[in-house]
Amino acid sequence: MSVNNTPRVDLAVIADLISPKARVLDVGCGDGALLDLLEHDKGVDGRGIEISQRGVNECVARGLSVIQGDADSDLIDYPDKGFDYVVLSQTLQATRNPKLVLDQMLRIGDRAIISFPNFGHWRVRLSLLLKGRMPVTKDLPYSWYDTPNIHFCTIRDFVHLCEEVGATMESARALDANGQKIGLSMPWWFWNFFGQQGVFLLRR
Amino acid sequence: MRHTQTRDRLCGSIAGFFVSGGMMESDMAPRARKARDEANDPSSLVVHFGADKPLRLDAGVALSPFQIAYQTYGTLNEARTNAILICHALTGDQHVANAHPVTGKPGWWDALVGPGRAIDTDRFFVICSNVIGSCLGSTGPASPNPATGKPYGLDLPVITIRDMVRAQAMLVDALGIDRLFSVIGGSMGGMQVLEWAASYPDRVMTAIPIAAGARHTAQNIAFHEVGRQAVMADPDWNGGRYFETGKRPGKGLSVARMAAHITYLSEPALHRKFGRNLQDRKQLTFGFDADFQIESYLRHQGITFVDRFDANAYLYLTRAMDYFDLAADHQGRLADAFAGTKTRFCVVSFTSDWLFPTAESRAVVRALNGAGASVSFVEIDTDRGHDAFLLDEPEFHGAITGFLDSAARNQGIDPS
Repeated sequence: MSVNNTPRVDLAVIADLISPKARVLDVGCGDGALLDLLEHDKGVDGRGIEISQRGVNECVARGLSVIQGDADSDLIDYPDKGFDYVVLSQTLQATRNPKLVLDQMLRIGDRAIISFPNFGHWRVRLSLLLKGRMPVTKDLPYSWYDTPNIHFCTIRDFVHLCEEVGATMESARALDANGQKIGLSMPWWFWNFFGQQGVFLLRR
Repeated sequence: MRHTQTRDRLCGSIAGFFVSGGMMESDMAPRARKARDEANDPSSLVVHFGADKPLRLDAGVALSPFQIAYQTYGTLNEARTNAILICHALTGDQHVANAHPVTGKPGWWDALVGPGRAIDTDRFFVICSNVIGSCLGSTGPASPNPATGKPYGLDLPVITIRDMVRAQAMLVDALGIDRLFSVIGGSMGGMQVLEWAASYPDRVMTAIPIAAGARHTAQNIAFHEVGRQAVMADPDWNGGRYFETGKRPGKGLSVARMAAHITYLSEPALHRKFGRNLQDRKQLTFGFDADFQIESYLRHQGITFVDRFDANAYLYLTRAMDYFDLAADHQGRLADAFAGTKTRFCVVSFTSDWLFPTAESRAVVRALNGAGASVSFVEIDTDRGHDAFLLDEPEFHGAITGFLDSAARNQGIDPS
């Protein structure tokens, strides 16, 4: 979550997917906003991993159980099914090996929750079509050469990845720029065009 | 067992000095004499454990009778749930937050422990005891051997980190405390924290190992061996029986301290503080006097250390650290040391610490994750090396405050 300036409109949607008192690991927990929300509102037993030391120190100072670590290399240390939910919010596109990370999440957690910016959103498509340059938007403000987002995908791409790693989709949502769920009964192509973010609840 | 508190004796401020060819009892600096008094008859609180309560040592023998000198700060609440045990480092002692009885200097963790500080003595009951094997009032090599009436010297069995912790558990029992709200310590103190969490998981609600590791590395053992060899190479060491000759191995212990002190700092910190600056002179003397400020500084560190510390205790405590390997005690799997633990951990390391580098803390964190433990881990960005844990590092203090606050809230601990 500390990767982009994306407003955390997905937090409430993610929190909705999590049952009270659950054991939750938030991978890329940033300043701990989601963990804080979950601990206060749902009484969860929350843990976090965050790559930036500054984020970690902020989390610990506000009383959260957070360690400095990297989604790509450190998930391997956690035991099988140690958590009810493993959350990866706005971080998938910044990992070196998204497939491996997803695989580890499904191993560690009973369920995995992933949210990510949809690179198939019409604004992104339009920007590339008209300007012919890699899109730089309000929410994804980096130029191609200095972006931490090295593995962008569209909602459709992600659905493919889920099939490849053998994940079952329990729930899928597309959110607009304000975090509102859009067209629940709409087909994938619609979400892939109008969804600013995708939020998925997976299990294996 | 009986509790005693002897009068609080203040020490003079006369600096210690060296006499070539050894230090005779007669020219022993007042501080050194004071240090020797503190070893047997400390100005701290003391618990004596008689023949009915021997300390079972890892060496396979029992230590009995023995005593533990300790200090406390704050008040134990009625439910006895607000006790924090602080574990001191190699050359530290129980005087965490009060003037030192030998040197007169402020407590070694004054910055962290006190009213309104990160470890808030308005809220918590803080205990710190001198470790077994040391020389500030708990039984160690300078204590009288009941069999001979003379100081133990090397007749004291080798002490381990686990022995220290076992003794602390007996102290905590004696104070009528079942569970500790937290066990906190840096360096050798951090090793004790990990040992506490592994040996008495049900008695430790939170654990904060700082600038420590679950084992002493080959490099760390190597530095300790240099220190021990320096002590033992001093002819005045006399096979550890220096109390009988009245001469003390001040030179050897001083060299040991100088070498060790380098490992507590970092190159950038040394450079910032001393660089290649000359000491009270404009040019090099083309001799072996202390031309550079860093030489003068280290010599000072060495000299002041021997006034307050027993050479044999230095041998025993460095050995205890060398022997520490928590994974080895659990068939090589560190995670097994913490299996099923309910303790909440906050592991702290410092970026420029090359004695206990972050990798050592990270190995502990990895094991704790493997054991499914609740763990926080902060690495504090500082150039002050291993000693950073003793210094005023706001981010470090902020992390400790936040961690303890939230744990106290969870446990419903209010100010006493």
